[in-house]
Amino acid sequence: MRDPHEETISQVNGSGFNRRDFLRGSGAAVAVTALATSDRGATAQDAAKKNVVSAKAQDVTLNVNGKDHKLSLEPRVTLLDTLRDDLDLTGCKDVCDTTNCGACTVLIDGKPTYACSRLAHECVGKKVTTIESLAANDPVVAGFVKHDAQQCGFCTPGFVMATKAFCDKNPGATLAQVRNGLGGNICRCGTYVGITACAMELVTKKGGK
Amino acid sequence: MATELKVAWGPRKDNVYLGKEITRLDGVEKASGAAKYAADANPKGCLFAKVLSFKGGAGKVKSLDLSEALKVPGVKAVHAFVKEGDELQWDGTLVAAVAAERQEQAEDGVRAIKFAFDAMEHFVDEDDLKGAEAAKRTKDLGNNTKGDVEAALKTAAVVHKGSYGIATISHMCLETHGSCTRWEDGKLIVNHSTQNVSGTPANFVSELQKQHNISVDVADVTVLCQFVGGGFGSKFGADDWGAAAAKMSKEAGRPVRLMLDRATELKIAGTRPSGFADVTIAADKDGKIVAWDSHHWGTNGGMKGGTLNLAQFPYVFDFENRNRKATGLITNSGPDRAWRAPPHPQLCALTDTAIDDIAAKLGKSAVDVFLANLENITGPALEKLIPTYTAEIKRAAELIGWSKKWHPHGKGGDGDVKRGLGMAMHTWGGSAHAGTCTVRINPDGSVESLSGTQDIGTGTRTAIAMVLAETFGITLDAVKVRYGSSVYPRSGPSGGSTTIGGVSGPNRRAAIAALGKLFDVVAEKHKVKGNDLTAKGGKIWSGTKEICTWKAACGLLGMMGIETTGEGPKDDGLTSVQVGGVQMADVSVDTKTGIIRMNQFVAVQDCGLIVDLLTAKSQVYGGLIMGIAYSLTEEQILDNKTGRYINADMENYKLPRIGDIGELIVEMYQPDSEYERGVIGLGEPPVISCGAAISNAVANATGVRVPTIPLTPKRVLDALKAAKA
Repeated sequence: MRDPHEETISQVNGSGFNRRDFLRGSGAAVAVTALATSDRGATAQDAAKKNVVSAKAQDVTLNVNGKDHKLSLEPRVTLLDTLRDDLDLTGCKDVCDTTNCGACTVLIDGKPTYACSRLAHECVGKKVTTIESLAANDPVVAGFVKHDAQQCGFCTPGFVMATKAFCDKNPGATLAQVRNGLGGNICRCGTYVGITACAMELVTKKGGK
Repeated sequence: MATELKVAWGPRKDNVYLGKEITRLDGVEKASGAAKYAADANPKGCLFAKVLSFKGGAGKVKSLDLSEALKVPGVKAVHAFVKEGDELQWDGTLVAAVAAERQEQAEDGVRAIKFAFDAMEHFVDEDDLKGAEAAKRTKDLGNNTKGDVEAALKTAAVVHKGSYGIATISHMCLETHGSCTRWEDGKLIVNHSTQNVSGTPANFVSELQKQHNISVDVADVTVLCQFVGGGFGSKFGADDWGAAAAKMSKEAGRPVRLMLDRATELKIAGTRPSGFADVTIAADKDGKIVAWDSHHWGTNGGMKGGTLNLAQFPYVFDFENRNRKATGLITNSGPDRAWRAPPHPQLCALTDTAIDDIAAKLGKSAVDVFLANLENITGPALEKLIPTYTAEIKRAAELIGWSKKWHPHGKGGDGDVKRGLGMAMHTWGGSAHAGTCTVRINPDGSVESLSGTQDIGTGTRTAIAMVLAETFGITLDAVKVRYGSSVYPRSGPSGGSTTIGGVSGPNRRAAIAALGKLFDVVAEKHKVKGNDLTAKGGKIWSGTKEICTWKAACGLLGMMGIETTGEGPKDDGLTSVQVGGVQMADVSVDTKTGIIRMNQFVAVQDCGLIVDLLTAKSQVYGGLIMGIAYSLTEEQILDNKTGRYINADMENYKLPRIGDIGELIVEMYQPDSEYERGVIGLGEPPVISCGAAISNAVANATGVRVPTIPLTPKRVLDALKAAKA
């Protein structure tokens, strides 16, 4: 069950280091310590070291939902923690913290991205869009309600954002494409049937808009 | 004369809401990210806590020093869960916690803790009965006998010996266990991720007293939980970490939010016990089982040495001649907590697989053999279900196309990919838990229900609103449902599928009592008989004559309106107990890779009177998907050498994704006779049969029993290889 988002999520990576590569690198290193090929982890960590000027908190301006926010953050703080703890935008959830589950999906310059895979400092100059920006009558939200595509609701905002991005870009998508395209998110309660029905309805209309 | 209304559900055909597909009332709140969970609580001045947990199989604390952690910038409070000399008996055991201004500072604090331990012997291999015996890690959990198994085996037409198993899994709540605690004027307020709003204040009080010598009255503790991000049976108490958060909060004079990290969540916050069994099963030529002999073992973690309850074996059925024996394994693994339908999924996985194997040995279709064995269902509660099972088996077979698709075991096609069918069946109680509620009719026509229940994602809030709207003949938006606070009238914990009966009964009773009082006032004003009145479509009627609108009626009430209390459960027919349920799976097995794909999965499920058909179906879909998870991929993997839980993350603890579930077909079995039974819980049953149904389908496809669930590619390939040898 590979994460299909791996290939589709944009590499928002202007600064040369990012948390996603670090996580992937270190994860690979743990998994294959018996093999002497953990160079990917080493490379990501070396790159990270090279780019970090100071570990102390620095002023940054983040554009979230069209509004600039001035914050003082250490470079190691993730976009996820910043959104949730500093900006109280708690629609994105902290579930795995290791880029597996998609519960923290936000849009960065329009592309669906795991907020736990990005450092806040990486997102300077980008447009971050969270679920809180959706209009009250958003068709994806309405579709999730109509098809009862949620139970406990904890994975739901992440799934809504992933569904929105997918349906916007893939009008006319097939069932197989929907299943593949939404494969980057995990639900524990088992709401996939409703989510699939919702996404299929949206792609046969006009996407997530 | 005061109006006397009968306490009952109305005629099914008259219902406006009950049994219809109604979208959940908190749907927009959740889907738009507005819903606030305990993990989202962030009151002014909130500190964020992180825990240090033990990484090893077993060990004794040599030293623990938190002083350096306290010096870390931002750290405001620390707590030690253990002291020198304490034994840590499983991976993930809590050692200490640190609360700081920011999460990353709390992590720094955890890293600054000086902690050393001496390793101790551990045993974690849950399916290794011989190894456990050698290591003196077993507990004899008894045996008993009925009839004469040996004699029956001699005269049986066919005898089968098989081994079956189902591994330990974790609850994997997406919102980890935890809370945000704060003290205001000596009173404790907790945003708690819980299935037990009304019961948790007393648990916080006793844990704070016992563990931290902090005294607070239950009346001064408020637990709040509007939304909970999954519990599945694991979130009923304050927990050590909840009490620690409250203690650190008191010390720091600040709110403290402590949510477990993902790894610790998987290790200590709940597991489902494992079960492994050697079974000898015998049948006559028609497939009727005449003898059963089983020895099962497994672990419930926590060094407790328990396994599946002996008395519940074999599952649903009992046979004339039967031996059973159980052995518990004492393992260094996280303690169990109730996991959705405890322990029925495991019982079913060890019973219905053996029944399927005996059917295969006879060359018979599993459907025919299960039907032939319905007379082996005994006991007054289950015997009543025999007609239901008969109907459900037949309907499920129709839905999956059993008679067209079925073939004998091992005849799943000539290519590498084999296809097969399997079935299993289950039961669950689902009685109403004890609970109270207050119902108000306000002078403006609005209506309120107040109760200390919780909506764990099952749609409780929507169900309460539907019951009141149906009873009062008003629209759903006129009903305000208040829940999720321990301040409200006490309601039971949401476990064991007890909530729907636990809230619908009391709310219906309170609403009928309130309606009677309203009719008294209307009758006096309009000179009609209260007992002739009905409330429908926003109006009050006397027979077919419209008396006044609902609003006008409520306007007669004066400022205080009407307030009534409802209690439950009661023996008045509103709620009932005991459901069946049948599931059939159609799978493809790639014999070269061991990968199993779900083609179709059918569930036919009864649950008495259905309140909301939409959310009821969602429960069944969810059950099937959780069932696919534990049948194919998810398990706790403990490393023999280190004793550690090596897949405690979401990359290696495998859950199905949206493309992994195939086509699910859910049909609620709902003839009028089910409606007449009243409300019965539905959450647990649909997750029970999945393991056996899928395992049986794989056996039908390949002709080989993969003994242990989950049926991972490695286990499939190992079984195929062993069968060839």
